[in-house]
Amino acid sequence: MEIRLLYYEECPSHEEALERLRKILAEEDVRAQIDVMKVETSEQAQELRFIGSPTILIDDHDIDPQPNAQYQLTCRAYRLEDGRISPLPSVSMIRRAIRSARKLSA
Amino acid sequence: MAILKVGDKAIPFTLPGVDGKQHSLGQYTGKNAVVLIFSCNHCPYVRAWEDRMVQIQNDYARKGVQLIAINSNDAAKYPDDSFAKMKERASEKKFTFPYLHDETQQTAHSYGAERTPEVFLFDKEGTLRYHGTIDDNYDDPAAVKKRYLRDALDEVLAGKSISITEIRPVGCTIKWK
Repeated sequence: MEIRLLYYEECPSHEEALERLRKILAEEDVRAQIDVMKVETSEQAQELRFIGSPTILIDDHDIDPQPNAQYQLTCRAYRLEDGRISPLPSVSMIRRAIRSARKLSA
Repeated sequence: MAILKVGDKAIPFTLPGVDGKQHSLGQYTGKNAVVLIFSCNHCPYVRAWEDRMVQIQNDYARKGVQLIAINSNDAAKYPDDSFAKMKERASEKKFTFPYLHDETQQTAHSYGAERTPEVFLFDKEGTLRYHGTIDDNYDDPAAVKKRYLRDALDEVLAGKSISITEIRPVGCTIKWK
Protein backbone atom coordinates (compact mmCIF):
# COMPACT_ATOMS: atom_id res chain seq x y z
CA MET A 1 0.00 0.00 0.00
CA GLU A 2 1.48 3.36 -1.01
CA ILE A 3 0.44 6.26 1.12
CA ARG A 4 1.17 9.87 0.40
CA LEU A 5 0.26 12.97 2.36
CA LEU A 6 0.49 16.20 0.39
CA TYR A 7 0.49 19.47 2.26
CA TYR A 8 0.77 23.21 1.86
CA GLU A 9 2.98 24.76 4.49
CA GLU A 10 0.77 27.80 5.17
CA CYS A 11 -2.16 25.60 6.22
CA PRO A 12 -1.87 24.45 9.84
CA SER A 13 -3.77 21.16 9.64
CA HIS A 14 -1.25 18.75 8.10
CA GLU A 15 0.55 17.77 11.28
CA GLU A 16 -2.70 16.76 12.91
CA ALA A 17 -3.69 14.92 9.71
CA LEU A 18 -0.40 13.01 9.73
CA GLU A 19 -0.84 12.06 13.37
CA ARG A 20 -4.39 10.92 12.67
CA LEU A 21 -3.25 8.88 9.67
CA ARG A 22 -0.43 7.21 11.61
CA LYS A 23 -2.80 6.28 14.45
CA ILE A 24 -5.34 4.73 12.10
CA LEU A 25 -2.67 2.79 10.20
CA ALA A 26 -1.47 1.36 13.50
CA GLU A 27 -5.00 0.44 14.52
CA GLU A 28 -5.55 -1.25 11.15
CA ASP A 29 -2.21 -3.01 11.46
CA VAL A 30 -1.01 -1.58 8.17
CA ARG A 31 2.73 -1.30 7.96
CA ALA A 32 3.26 1.31 5.28
CA GLN A 33 5.61 4.23 4.91
CA ILE A 34 3.90 7.57 4.53
CA ASP A 35 5.46 9.73 1.87
CA VAL A 36 5.00 13.29 3.11
CA MET A 37 5.35 15.87 0.37
CA LYS A 38 5.19 19.66 0.50
CA VAL A 39 3.37 21.33 -2.41
CA GLU A 40 4.96 24.69 -3.02
CA THR A 41 3.73 26.10 -6.32
CA SER A 42 0.50 26.35 -8.28
CA GLU A 43 2.14 24.32 -11.04
CA GLN A 44 2.85 21.52 -8.59
CA ALA A 45 -0.72 21.71 -7.32
CA GLN A 46 -1.98 21.17 -10.89
CA GLU A 47 0.49 18.36 -11.56
CA LEU A 48 -0.32 16.54 -8.33
CA ARG A 49 -4.08 17.20 -8.54
CA PHE A 50 -3.77 18.91 -5.18
CA ILE A 51 -7.18 20.11 -4.05
CA GLY A 52 -5.73 21.54 -0.87
CA SER A 53 -3.94 20.71 2.35
CA PRO A 54 -3.93 18.03 3.55
CA THR A 55 -4.52 15.60 0.71
CA ILE A 56 -4.12 11.91 1.43
CA LEU A 57 -3.55 9.51 -1.45
CA ILE A 58 -3.66 5.75 -1.02
CA ASP A 59 -2.27 3.86 -4.00
CA ASP A 60 -2.60 7.14 -5.91
CA HIS A 61 -6.32 7.50 -5.08
CA ASP A 62 -7.53 10.53 -3.17
CA ILE A 63 -9.33 9.34 -0.02
CA ASP A 64 -12.07 11.90 -0.73
CA PRO A 65 -12.32 12.34 -4.48
CA GLN A 66 -13.86 15.66 -5.50
CA PRO A 67 -14.07 15.57 -9.30
CA ASN A 68 -15.01 19.23 -9.82
CA ALA A 69 -12.63 20.76 -7.32
CA GLN A 70 -9.93 23.23 -8.30
CA TYR A 71 -6.29 22.45 -7.71
CA GLN A 72 -4.84 25.19 -5.52
CA LEU A 73 -2.51 26.12 -2.73
CA THR A 74 -4.88 26.40 0.18
CA CYS A 75 -6.44 24.51 3.07
CA ARG A 76 -8.78 21.76 1.97
CA ALA A 77 -12.41 21.50 3.07
CA TYR A 78 -13.69 18.04 3.94
CA ARG A 79 -17.38 17.39 4.41
CA LEU A 80 -17.84 15.18 7.44
CA GLU A 81 -20.44 12.47 7.79
CA ASP A 82 -22.73 14.77 9.76
CA GLY A 83 -22.55 17.44 7.07
CA ARG A 84 -20.15 19.78 8.87
CA ILE A 85 -17.08 21.16 7.11
CA SER A 86 -13.66 20.45 8.55
CA PRO A 87 -10.05 21.18 7.57
CA LEU A 88 -9.30 17.52 8.35
CA PRO A 89 -10.59 14.24 6.94
CA SER A 90 -12.52 12.29 9.53
CA VAL A 91 -11.16 9.15 11.17
CA SER A 92 -13.86 7.09 9.47
CA MET A 93 -13.05 8.57 6.06
CA ILE A 94 -9.40 7.61 6.41
CA ARG A 95 -10.21 4.19 7.80
CA ARG A 96 -12.68 3.47 4.99
CA ALA A 97 -10.07 4.37 2.39
CA ILE A 98 -7.44 2.14 3.97
CA ARG A 99 -9.80 -0.83 4.19
CA SER A 100 -10.93 -0.31 0.62
CA ALA A 101 -7.33 -0.21 -0.63
CA ARG A 102 -6.52 -3.33 1.34
CA LYS A 103 -9.48 -5.19 -0.20
CA LEU A 104 -8.45 -4.18 -3.70
CA SER A 105 -4.90 -5.39 -3.22
CA ALA A 106 -5.95 -8.71 -1.65
CA MET B 1 1.08 38.67 14.20
CA ALA B 2 -1.19 41.72 13.76
CA ILE B 3 0.13 45.25 13.41
CA LEU B 4 -2.71 46.40 15.63
CA LYS B 5 -2.01 45.69 19.29
CA VAL B 6 -4.41 45.34 22.20
CA GLY B 7 -5.01 48.86 23.44
CA ASP B 8 -4.76 50.41 19.96
CA LYS B 9 -7.65 52.19 18.28
CA ALA B 10 -9.62 50.68 15.39
CA ILE B 11 -8.53 51.85 11.95
CA PRO B 12 -11.33 53.40 9.86
CA PHE B 13 -12.42 51.79 6.63
CA THR B 14 -15.24 52.01 4.10
CA LEU B 15 -16.00 48.82 2.21
CA PRO B 16 -18.84 47.52 0.05
CA GLY B 17 -21.12 44.94 1.61
CA VAL B 18 -23.05 42.07 0.06
CA ASP B 19 -26.20 44.07 0.84
CA GLY B 20 -25.22 46.57 -1.86
CA LYS B 21 -24.34 49.32 0.63
CA GLN B 22 -21.06 50.92 1.63
CA HIS B 23 -20.11 50.21 5.25
CA SER B 24 -17.89 52.55 7.24
CA LEU B 25 -16.52 51.63 10.61
CA GLY B 26 -17.68 55.02 11.86
CA GLN B 27 -21.34 54.13 11.39
CA TYR B 28 -21.01 51.62 14.22
CA THR B 29 -19.68 54.03 16.85
CA GLY B 30 -22.88 53.74 18.89
CA LYS B 31 -22.34 50.05 19.47
CA ASN B 32 -21.17 48.64 22.80
CA ALA B 33 -18.69 46.44 20.97
CA VAL B 34 -17.63 45.82 17.39
CA VAL B 35 -16.17 42.49 16.34
CA LEU B 36 -14.24 42.51 13.09
CA ILE B 37 -13.60 39.06 11.71
CA PHE B 38 -11.33 38.70 8.71
CA SER B 39 -13.06 35.87 6.97
CA CYS B 40 -13.69 34.40 3.53
CA ASN B 41 -15.75 31.86 1.64
CA HIS B 42 -13.40 29.03 0.87
CA CYS B 43 -11.38 28.43 4.03
CA PRO B 44 -12.50 25.26 5.86
CA TYR B 45 -11.64 26.85 9.22
CA VAL B 46 -14.08 29.68 8.50
CA ARG B 47 -16.64 27.21 7.26
CA ALA B 48 -16.23 25.16 10.43
CA TRP B 49 -16.73 28.25 12.61
CA GLU B 50 -19.29 30.05 10.45
CA ASP B 51 -22.44 28.86 12.20
CA ARG B 52 -20.90 29.94 15.49
CA MET B 53 -20.22 33.40 14.05
CA VAL B 54 -23.89 33.69 13.11
CA GLN B 55 -24.92 32.45 16.55
CA ILE B 56 -22.66 34.93 18.31
CA GLN B 57 -24.20 37.83 16.38
CA ASN B 58 -27.68 36.52 17.12
CA ASP B 59 -26.93 36.10 20.82
CA TYR B 60 -25.23 39.46 21.31
CA ALA B 61 -27.13 41.77 18.96
CA ARG B 62 -29.54 42.86 21.68
CA LYS B 63 -26.56 43.75 23.90
CA GLY B 64 -25.38 46.26 21.32
CA VAL B 65 -22.69 44.14 19.73
CA GLN B 66 -21.99 44.31 16.01
CA LEU B 67 -20.05 41.62 14.20
CA ILE B 68 -18.60 42.53 10.80
CA ALA B 69 -16.99 39.98 8.49
CA ILE B 70 -14.40 41.15 5.95
CA ASN B 71 -13.16 39.12 2.99
CA SER B 72 -9.77 40.30 1.74
CA ASN B 73 -8.82 37.26 -0.37
CA ASP B 74 -7.62 37.52 -3.95
CA ALA B 75 -10.67 36.35 -5.85
CA ALA B 76 -8.72 36.09 -9.11
CA LYS B 77 -6.75 33.15 -7.74
CA TYR B 78 -9.51 31.90 -5.43
CA PRO B 79 -12.77 32.36 -7.36
CA ASP B 80 -14.87 31.01 -4.49
CA ASP B 81 -14.05 34.31 -2.77
CA SER B 82 -15.58 36.50 -5.47
CA PHE B 83 -18.10 39.17 -4.48
CA ALA B 84 -20.87 37.20 -6.21
CA LYS B 85 -19.97 34.10 -4.21
CA MET B 86 -19.85 36.16 -1.03
CA LYS B 87 -23.45 37.24 -1.66
CA GLU B 88 -24.45 33.62 -2.13
CA ARG B 89 -22.74 32.53 1.08
CA ALA B 90 -24.30 35.34 3.11
CA SER B 91 -27.71 34.37 1.82
CA GLU B 92 -27.19 30.64 2.27
CA LYS B 93 -25.95 30.96 5.86
CA LYS B 94 -28.38 33.78 6.68
CA PHE B 95 -25.70 36.16 7.88
CA THR B 96 -27.20 38.78 10.19
CA PHE B 97 -24.05 40.86 10.00
CA PRO B 98 -22.35 42.81 7.21
CA TYR B 99 -20.05 40.79 4.96
CA LEU B 100 -17.69 43.26 3.34
CA HIS B 101 -15.34 43.01 0.39
CA ASP B 102 -11.81 44.30 0.92
CA GLU B 103 -10.89 44.06 -2.74
CA THR B 104 -7.68 46.09 -2.51
CA GLN B 105 -6.65 44.18 0.64
CA GLN B 106 -5.79 47.53 2.20
CA THR B 107 -7.93 46.95 5.29
CA ALA B 108 -6.35 43.57 5.97
CA HIS B 109 -2.88 45.10 5.54
CA SER B 110 -3.66 48.05 7.82
CA TYR B 111 -4.89 45.75 10.59
CA GLY B 112 -2.04 43.31 10.04
CA ALA B 113 -4.51 40.47 9.65
CA GLU B 114 -2.92 37.27 8.42
CA ARG B 115 -5.47 34.49 8.81
CA THR B 116 -9.11 33.61 8.31
CA PRO B 117 -10.86 33.70 10.62
CA GLU B 118 -9.03 36.33 12.64
CA VAL B 119 -10.93 38.27 15.28
CA PHE B 120 -10.46 41.87 16.44
CA LEU B 121 -12.83 42.89 19.27
CA PHE B 122 -13.21 46.61 19.97
CA ASP B 123 -15.03 48.22 22.89
CA LYS B 124 -17.37 51.20 22.58
CA GLU B 125 -14.41 53.59 22.61
CA GLY B 126 -12.99 51.77 19.60
CA THR B 127 -10.11 50.29 21.58
CA LEU B 128 -8.87 46.80 20.70
CA ARG B 129 -9.55 44.57 23.70
CA TYR B 130 -9.16 41.06 22.25
CA HIS B 131 -7.40 39.66 19.21
CA GLY B 132 -7.37 36.05 18.10
CA THR B 133 -9.67 33.17 17.45
CA ILE B 134 -13.32 32.43 18.13
CA ASP B 135 -12.85 29.46 20.44
CA ASP B 136 -10.46 26.57 20.98
CA ASN B 137 -12.04 23.94 18.76
CA TYR B 138 -12.71 24.62 15.10
CA ASP B 139 -13.67 21.01 14.51
CA ASP B 140 -16.33 20.26 17.08
CA PRO B 141 -18.57 22.91 18.66
CA ALA B 142 -19.61 20.43 21.33
CA ALA B 143 -16.00 19.99 22.41
CA VAL B 144 -15.21 23.68 22.91
CA LYS B 145 -13.57 24.33 26.26
CA LYS B 146 -12.48 27.93 25.84
CA ARG B 147 -14.98 30.34 24.30
CA TYR B 148 -12.43 33.08 23.78
CA LEU B 149 -14.58 35.55 21.86
CA ARG B 150 -17.76 35.07 23.90
CA ASP B 151 -15.87 35.38 27.17
CA ALA B 152 -14.09 38.52 25.97
CA LEU B 153 -17.43 40.00 24.85
CA ASP B 154 -18.98 39.27 28.25
CA GLU B 155 -16.07 40.96 29.98
CA VAL B 156 -16.12 44.01 27.70
CA LEU B 157 -19.87 44.42 28.13
CA ALA B 158 -19.51 44.11 31.92
CA GLY B 159 -16.78 46.74 31.98
CA LYS B 160 -14.24 44.22 33.26
CA SER B 161 -10.65 43.70 32.21
CA ILE B 162 -10.17 40.92 29.68
CA SER B 163 -8.80 37.67 31.04
CA ILE B 164 -7.32 36.50 27.76
CA THR B 165 -6.49 39.40 25.45
CA GLU B 166 -4.65 37.54 22.72
CA ILE B 167 -4.69 34.04 21.22
CA ARG B 168 -2.85 33.16 18.02
CA PRO B 169 -5.45 32.93 15.24
CA VAL B 170 -5.92 29.49 13.68
CA GLY B 171 -6.95 29.23 10.06
CA CYS B 172 -5.99 29.68 6.44
CA THR B 173 -3.65 32.44 5.42
CA ILE B 174 -5.22 35.48 3.78
CA LYS B 175 -4.68 35.02 0.06
CA TRP B 176 -2.65 38.03 -1.03
CA LYS B 177 -2.47 39.38 -4.55
